[in-house]
Amino acid sequence: MTALLITAVSLLIFVVIFQISKASEYVAILKGEEHSRKQNNKINGFLMVAFLILGLIGVWYCNEVLYDKTLLPQGSASVEGERVDSMLWLTLAVTGFVFIGTQIVLFWFAFKYQENDNRKVYFFAHSNKLEAIWTVIPAIVLTVLVVIGLRNWFLFTGEPPKEAMVVEVTGKQFGWIFRYPGKDGAFGKKYYKNIDNASNSLGLIWDDQLAHDDLVMEQTMYLVKGRPVKLVIGSRDVIHDVGLSHFRMKMDAVPGIPTTMWFTPKYTTKEMKERTGNPDFQYEISCDQMCGNSHYSMKGVIEVLDQAEYDAKMAGQSPYYYSAFPDKDPANAKKDTVKLVAKPVEVASKLTAKL
Amino acid sequence: MSNEAVLHAPAGAGLHHEAHGDHHHEHHHETFISKYVFSMDHKMIAKQFLITGMVWAVLGGLMSVLFRLQLGYPEATFPFLEDLLGKWAEGGKITPEAYYALVTTHGTVLVFFVLTAGLSGTFANFLIPLQIGARDMASPFMNMLSYWFFFAASIVMLSSMFVEFGPFSGGWTAYPPLSALASASPGSGTGMDLWLIAMALFVVSSLLGGLNYIATVLNMRTKGMSMTRLPLTIWALFFTAVLGVLSFPVLFSGFILLIFDRNFGTSFYLSDIFINGVGALPNEGGSAILYQHLFWFLGHPEVYIILLPAMGMVSEILSVNSRKPIFGYMAMVGSLFAIAILAFLVWAHHMFVTGLNPFLGSVFVLLTLLIAVPSAIKVFNWLTTLWRGNIRFTPGMLFSIGFVSLFISGGLTGIWLGNSALDIHLHDTYFVIAHFHIVMGVASMFGMFAGIYHWFPKMYGRYMNNTLSYLHFWITLGGAYMIFWPMHYQGLAGMPRRYYDYSVWESFKQFAELNRFISTVAMIVFAAQLLFLFNFFYSVFKGRKVTSQNPYNANTLEWTTPINPGHGNWVGEIPEVHRWAYDYGKDGKEFISQTTPVGADESSH
Repeated sequence: MTALLITAVSLLIFVVIFQISKASEYVAILKGEEHSRKQNNKINGFLMVAFLILGLIGVWYCNEVLYDKTLLPQGSASVEGERVDSMLWLTLAVTGFVFIGTQIVLFWFAFKYQENDNRKVYFFAHSNKLEAIWTVIPAIVLTVLVVIGLRNWFLFTGEPPKEAMVVEVTGKQFGWIFRYPGKDGAFGKKYYKNIDNASNSLGLIWDDQLAHDDLVMEQTMYLVKGRPVKLVIGSRDVIHDVGLSHFRMKMDAVPGIPTTMWFTPKYTTKEMKERTGNPDFQYEISCDQMCGNSHYSMKGVIEVLDQAEYDAKMAGQSPYYYSAFPDKDPANAKKDTVKLVAKPVEVASKLTAKL
Repeated sequence: MSNEAVLHAPAGAGLHHEAHGDHHHEHHHETFISKYVFSMDHKMIAKQFLITGMVWAVLGGLMSVLFRLQLGYPEATFPFLEDLLGKWAEGGKITPEAYYALVTTHGTVLVFFVLTAGLSGTFANFLIPLQIGARDMASPFMNMLSYWFFFAASIVMLSSMFVEFGPFSGGWTAYPPLSALASASPGSGTGMDLWLIAMALFVVSSLLGGLNYIATVLNMRTKGMSMTRLPLTIWALFFTAVLGVLSFPVLFSGFILLIFDRNFGTSFYLSDIFINGVGALPNEGGSAILYQHLFWFLGHPEVYIILLPAMGMVSEILSVNSRKPIFGYMAMVGSLFAIAILAFLVWAHHMFVTGLNPFLGSVFVLLTLLIAVPSAIKVFNWLTTLWRGNIRFTPGMLFSIGFVSLFISGGLTGIWLGNSALDIHLHDTYFVIAHFHIVMGVASMFGMFAGIYHWFPKMYGRYMNNTLSYLHFWITLGGAYMIFWPMHYQGLAGMPRRYYDYSVWESFKQFAELNRFISTVAMIVFAAQLLFLFNFFYSVFKGRKVTSQNPYNANTLEWTTPINPGHGNWVGEIPEVHRWAYDYGKDGKEFISQTTPVGADESSH
């Protein structure tokens, strides 16, 4: 019923607009087309400058309403991300200046030089000097931006500091799997044909001793405040993307081709809850590359802890090897540790079964 | 081939005998089929492209309204959606499958079918022969084929919407493995097969058209029409055609490999894949990134294939209606050339976060930001063209001014995204949506509207209604900014593209109210486009008739043809050209047509 009503009202508005437009055409012919054309020209000229003023107010108002909802007021949550923010502000200053300047010139000229019987147009076909100016100045400004950008780019894509911890992130439809190298500090080999959702979600090769102490978790990744972390990123099926907007970082997860990214978290999750004033705050991992029909729900969480909390957390984890081969677990008597590891995997497989 | 030779070629046969008849439809060979359906007249083919493009624009626009309903009102249900979409909107709520199919088809259709075929197909066909002084295209037959391949592509694309598992739904860029594996996404089954066939047909259409445009511009210019006397529209359309001819085959090769991976068990793009419910796939050794290189090698020039015709038309319309020459003609041609060259050298800036070699990435940063230089030249030259002019706000002129405004707004954010270190943060967020919709989508759409309004009198011998045109312009300009400007802020919050629902995300759910606002404005703007369509079709049949041969007092050759030119365009001899197209306000004369010989006492510039 409402749909019908809305359609009817819209149709009515259409008809009214059309009739008015048609009528104005007849009036124009009666009054003399030249006369009414000039009148319309004046109206549009006025609207040009009105649009400029309203537009600039709109830009200001939009900023007023939305600025606090962006990530800019809270600043970057990673040390490297601060460079992104400072670059962003500089780029904003440059482009903002050009934006406001050129829009004012555009609409002001349109208004000022609207048709006038007394004006004689100025035949101005070219000027090498002017053209040289607006070739050279943008070129110089852009060079500055490129230099700053590339210095940051090489820092972001370069090698992380030596003390960095390493975590492997694997995307799959539709969730994330994290692997820590365990006590030996090295990842065991894996092969995708060994993947088995129930007991070997990453396809680890158990013949490789290095794999035996690897920790595998789903849903939440734990990081340490102030300690650089290098993520080794891969995918099990289609292309995903590890989007970490709070840390200002992002990298695709491509099947068959490992990628990396590194950063240094600045605040623990707890600190961010206070900083943002949001008790539900989470560092979320958003999948930023279209990966299927549940792309929008492919969420992971990063929990940044301080070193002591992190150590406690990790001490409670048992290697993935033991969940695949419970009989090999020396601590098998203490059932509860096994449960701790097995649980997230169970949840994950249920989830995938549902999908 | 000289024009004389064309005159004696079969397609132009009989034109000499027509010197005393204005109206070509008295031609005894012409039937309904040969005039309106399988027409070889470039003007009719242009109109076919235009109207097919309009149909797609309405469908593509409607799709965006539907998925905006989901984004703006994620909790609401709309019973009429179930009537419209059936199982894709059970209970009046669009399913994720349908949402992604709508997003994907909206993108594909608007980029390729509307802004490529609908824009350059229409205006290259319509304007090239008319503005260079040719009777028709170099090969009218190929030209006809070009349209009918496009038509076939349209039919196949349309049919993909009615298959069991729905149309392709993996995004318009169709990245494998998602697009290669029906087990990863239902839309990647039959829907994707049809998508690929449609796109292959589209590439054929675009190559047939492009080769023809290039051959025509190079060979069929009338006497005196040297390349440097060409109107900027023709230069822009020429570079567009060159871009298309050089880059579409690369896209095609990418599609062929994808077809092989999908159907014949090859592993060009596939490696190390385990699909839930299917298990590990046998493919090893392929690279999913290879497709992205092949795709964006067209994908980026495609942006300029869309934008250049709009730039060309805007340059022409701004000059005509400022009653002033375009400022810096050679710089305008040079910057078009620079953009065309750079268009081929920047594709990997779409791939900064794919794990691309950082050094390679840095080269692409440099080349990408270089594009800002020719773009800046163009903007400043347009602004200087307005300066001290005598501006007539025809609807075409309004849309041209709107184009410049949008091109500035959207172009500047390109400086953000082209800088890889910033792109890492903004990549695949709403910031990107805002950027490319403003600079490529809406700006080019404005170029297209400008072209339609400006050349409508030449196309149909009638005028469109001005009041409706003004309304259309102001609603669309204001609306476009209201829709896309706030999206920059969503992007600065890291909000990802292509999400069906944001309500479970702690980081992105603060924009619910804004999403509703944007969706509402989108619906209003869509309604304003219907106003335009109505105006267009009504005026084709009932508009005020054009009474003067040159209603804008413009210099270019199309205004020396009869009000309703027949096939062959000019009655009798094709006029000779003596000067460039932009002698407005020179030596106190309002305008001097290109066909006027240069006077002895005329000043040079």
